[in-house]
Amino acid sequence: MSLVQISNAKKQRLPLDQLGQTPEFQGWAEGIDPQELDSNSRRDILKIMAAGAGLAGLVSCRRPQQNIVSFSKGVEDLIPGKPFYYNTSFNLGGVAQGLRIEANDGRPTKVEGNPMHPTSKGAASTYSQGSVLGLYDPDRSSFVKKDQSASSWDAFGAFAKEHFSKLGDGEGLAFVCERNAGDSYRSVVAAAQKKWPKALWLHWEALNHDNAVLGAAMATGVIAEPSYSYDKAEVVVALDHDFLGTDATTILPTKQFSQKRKVLKAGEPMNRLYVAEGHFSLTGGMADHRLRLKPSEIGGFAAEILKLVQENGEIKVEGDGRKKFVAALAKDLKKNAGKSLVTVGPRQAPEVHALALAINQALGNIGTTVQLVQPLTAPQAEPLKAFGSALSAGNISTLVVLGGNPAYTLPVDLNFVDGAKKVKTLIHLGLEHDETGALAHWCLPQAHYLEAWGDGRSSDGTASIQQPVIAPLYGGKSAQEVLAELTGLEVTRAYDLVKNFWLQSFSGDKEKAWKKSLHDGMIEGSAYVPLKASVDVKKVAAMPLPSPSSGSELVFLAANGVYDGRFANNAWLVELPDPMTKVVWDNCVTMSKRTAQSLKANMGYSAEEGDMVSLTVGSGSIDAAVVIVPGQADGVFGITLGYGRETVGRVGKLAGFNAYKLRSSTGLGFAPVTVAKAAKRYFLVRTQDDPEGDTQNNRPIVRETTLEDFAKEPKFAQEVEGPALESLFPDWQYDKGNQWGMTIDLNSCTGCNACLVACFSENNIAMVGKTSVAKGREMHWIRLDRYYSGEDDEAMVAVQPLNCQQCENAPCESVCPVAATVHSPEGLNDMAYNRCVGTRYCMNNCPYKVRKFNYLNWTKGKTEIENLGTNPDVSTRMRGVMEKCTYCTQRIVEGKINAKIDPSGRRAVRDGEIQTACQQTCPADAISFGNINDPNSMVSKMKASTRNYALLAELNIRPRTTYLAKLRNINPDLAQEKKGAAVSSTAAH
Amino acid sequence: MKPIFPKSLDFMIRAAGAGLGVAILTGVAAYSYFTLPVVLDTGYRPEQPVPYSHKLHAGNMGMDCYYCHNTVMKAKFAAVPATETCMNCHTRVKTDSALLAPIRKSYATGEPVKWVKVHILPDYAYFNHSAHITVGVSCVSCHGRVDQMVEITQVKPLNMGWCLECHRNPAPNLRPAEFVTKLDWEPPAGKTATEIGLEIVKAKAINPPVNCGGCHR
Repeated sequence: MSLVQISNAKKQRLPLDQLGQTPEFQGWAEGIDPQELDSNSRRDILKIMAAGAGLAGLVSCRRPQQNIVSFSKGVEDLIPGKPFYYNTSFNLGGVAQGLRIEANDGRPTKVEGNPMHPTSKGAASTYSQGSVLGLYDPDRSSFVKKDQSASSWDAFGAFAKEHFSKLGDGEGLAFVCERNAGDSYRSVVAAAQKKWPKALWLHWEALNHDNAVLGAAMATGVIAEPSYSYDKAEVVVALDHDFLGTDATTILPTKQFSQKRKVLKAGEPMNRLYVAEGHFSLTGGMADHRLRLKPSEIGGFAAEILKLVQENGEIKVEGDGRKKFVAALAKDLKKNAGKSLVTVGPRQAPEVHALALAINQALGNIGTTVQLVQPLTAPQAEPLKAFGSALSAGNISTLVVLGGNPAYTLPVDLNFVDGAKKVKTLIHLGLEHDETGALAHWCLPQAHYLEAWGDGRSSDGTASIQQPVIAPLYGGKSAQEVLAELTGLEVTRAYDLVKNFWLQSFSGDKEKAWKKSLHDGMIEGSAYVPLKASVDVKKVAAMPLPSPSSGSELVFLAANGVYDGRFANNAWLVELPDPMTKVVWDNCVTMSKRTAQSLKANMGYSAEEGDMVSLTVGSGSIDAAVVIVPGQADGVFGITLGYGRETVGRVGKLAGFNAYKLRSSTGLGFAPVTVAKAAKRYFLVRTQDDPEGDTQNNRPIVRETTLEDFAKEPKFAQEVEGPALESLFPDWQYDKGNQWGMTIDLNSCTGCNACLVACFSENNIAMVGKTSVAKGREMHWIRLDRYYSGEDDEAMVAVQPLNCQQCENAPCESVCPVAATVHSPEGLNDMAYNRCVGTRYCMNNCPYKVRKFNYLNWTKGKTEIENLGTNPDVSTRMRGVMEKCTYCTQRIVEGKINAKIDPSGRRAVRDGEIQTACQQTCPADAISFGNINDPNSMVSKMKASTRNYALLAELNIRPRTTYLAKLRNINPDLAQEKKGAAVSSTAAH
Repeated sequence: MKPIFPKSLDFMIRAAGAGLGVAILTGVAAYSYFTLPVVLDTGYRPEQPVPYSHKLHAGNMGMDCYYCHNTVMKAKFAAVPATETCMNCHTRVKTDSALLAPIRKSYATGEPVKWVKVHILPDYAYFNHSAHITVGVSCVSCHGRVDQMVEITQVKPLNMGWCLECHRNPAPNLRPAEFVTKLDWEPPAGKTATEIGLEIVKAKAINPPVNCGGCHR
């Protein structure tokens, strides 16, 4: 043994922090009189410096001791380092979303769609995926508060027992709950209603589909809600309905709709989408034909369609503008009777919903593409009125708020804040100390859905079980548990409540059936059966319609990130760019260019302040910053809800403008508004913020043509301008092994942002804040570009997700001075963070601008609880380091290892076995990923399509990510008029 | 005039200069040598809360590595066993040994035993045991003759260059997968370990990654 090894073999070489804990050190340290240290004799200072230097040396000679902490008692099936997956569900607005949760060592780290669930099929929305960050929110309500000072659940229990036993028949008692269609939840509500028959109940959701239910009741006389099968429809007409965006449980509609847009070869069919709307939605961006209408004009438009489709004989398409549009649309609908559908958005009045059902009935769509099913939750218009009048009259002495934030989301005419002051006992169960919590006498911490048992019903009625993945981090309880306790039920544990309820509904081996439903996350075959109802077309046609207004209108929209405001403290969802306006950390008021000009309001570009306008609805008024959206109807203003929160954690503070102040119970969807330019100006930050960047600057970035032209000229997308492509560098050999590649189908991509959130979660992407985004320092590995084309009024939108294109001749690699970004034999552009010295040459040389630099240490200062949510399979990056999309290299490596260690023998990776996070969650199945060396892989088949093209192919960098060109299925009757737009968009290439 | 400085000063200055040069070179050489992973990290033998002897259990008694490190074929971690695993035997054997007191305490209270980690890789290196074990890389290649160690000692440097040596030329460290935990395995007569390794490389088409993305994410 060498001298060195002997010296190394010496035990007890402790790092400084542990040395400080040893008795020897403690004894030595206690011998020093602190007074002595104060004397500033030179000798003492030298002594301390020498000791400091010595200790510093000690620290550096041995890294800190690490421990392996194994279980005391083993956990069945647990393999350390292998994640567990649980199927569960998440109640969002009363609709259960079927989810699959990845848990690493018991910590939920990622939310994906449950592939077994009929309404998610593996995909998940921005909200569901972002919700996992909310679990680890350090600003969450973490203890029971009584009169704003700390208390305990025991104290509340004692209080509640006494208080609620004195309430008699429930006179003066009111409950405001979040909606939940779960059967076991409803059974607890029913028990409470039985105990207090006179109590008021308001199941409040700011965003709901009540009008669809009321409309169906008008049209059919049955309590029902329409359910659409977009995958069976050749022609879809969306009337102010953003079914691909934020107006619905978007996952299933997007899955179904996009199936009809996978045209690989010339001559294959495709569905056709007509949209009539005032603001510009994602669905409007996908439209083949879009008509700008004020929200109040939609009803009249629907009536025109109904009239035309009922007429006998061929519809004549003549005139121009709206007249021509409606005739062509009606003709197309009639041609596709039974294979078409007309939908109406939740903002529209019940009468308009009834009209749409009548159109569907007249076309024979009911029973084929449209089904009437039992609604998930009952409309709340009447309870809202009753609650409002009782509150203002001071008739409510005890108010229990079980989840949600009514002080913020209730219509402004209810004047909840003033009314709540008359309430003697206000109990609020909430995830955070919000606006309602600030008014409450008792604030109770609510359990996150990943912490509590529960159940729900998804959009098709499938009963879904909510199975927790982690014990409550902050000691919270679910609404169901608290309600059961208040009611004094014998069983109050949520697990027992849910299990007992479902056990009695099973037949046969009940325990086995329960285990299966936990495993699947849902109860198979529990979807609602379509009702046998028919629409009385004549009655509906005769119904009076709400009259269109002549003035300006304001449309209230759900935010793509923060929804109705419940995710306002969720950094992933606040820094998520709005898909149309690209605004982050704020909301804004959108309007057409002409409207903005008439208000003399200018939009701020590129780090400049822009104008604000003051919006006045009734007695409410707010100022909001302006964003111009071409293609929006003149006189229509759009604003997203959920911003401008006042009592909120550190993320949501000072973010945006509170549109709820303008929203009254008579104008929940849209309202007449008076708009004037305000004196103030505001700094909005957008991720696509160049006035020129809204168009493609005559470059063929998103290639687009019509379905008809594609049939004539199938290779239109593959033309490359410029000289023949030759490379100075010798070519890599890419003919062996796995060669990873990706395609993104621009004809399916709706721009819903789900891929961005999937990427944040999978790759530990840092959120940087408004000021840093303003400097272009956002760390998103996927950029979702949105381009306008065509004339201002008839603007069309194309979206394009842009991640690292993994070029075969990567320009970033040739400029890296330290070989931190190098090529892998499988065609990946590897990024070694530990080698990177931060020259940013690669970023400058990347033509796609997809590399992101850590200008600051974004992970510094994270609390321990926040760190629990990070993905252990991906390094967190430090300051001064470049990063970019890796095609989820951690998933590729895991997939390859799993193939190698397969118990049935070492094998090659199967196609589809490795999915990138963005691909996995894409509701439109627009992303394909796999081995391009395998001609049978999905990605190879996609790349074989003539729609396939490489972005900036003329640079000869040979990207591995390629795009499938966008198609629009133009109605020949409208082609003449559309030609202008189509030509200009082609010219824009 | 008598010079202020004696002539011998010339030599002294030169000598001092040379000495400084030698000192710097020695310092650099010493620093480079003593910070080599092979010097700095090998031989690390921390004291464990329980003086568990691999020599006794795996060597003398011949317990298979898999008995305790049971996830090594399935996961990236070669999991350290739960206290329960120790107690499978120690409820009958050495039931009152003072050295085993922490184990019994952990079993009774549910508090885990805090073992000290010996083989430490940086967090940005994602090593996977299952990928190596199933292909036929023996424990001994990275951990040495554990069956002869009373206390676990790090014997290999575990630095990237050392990893890459094998990733570039895996044959010498490969053996039939069934002998992976047989730490004293010898190739059958007439063949060298490398020859057997080469056969395995061919049969299983082993092609270990040598690009960054193979281990760093």
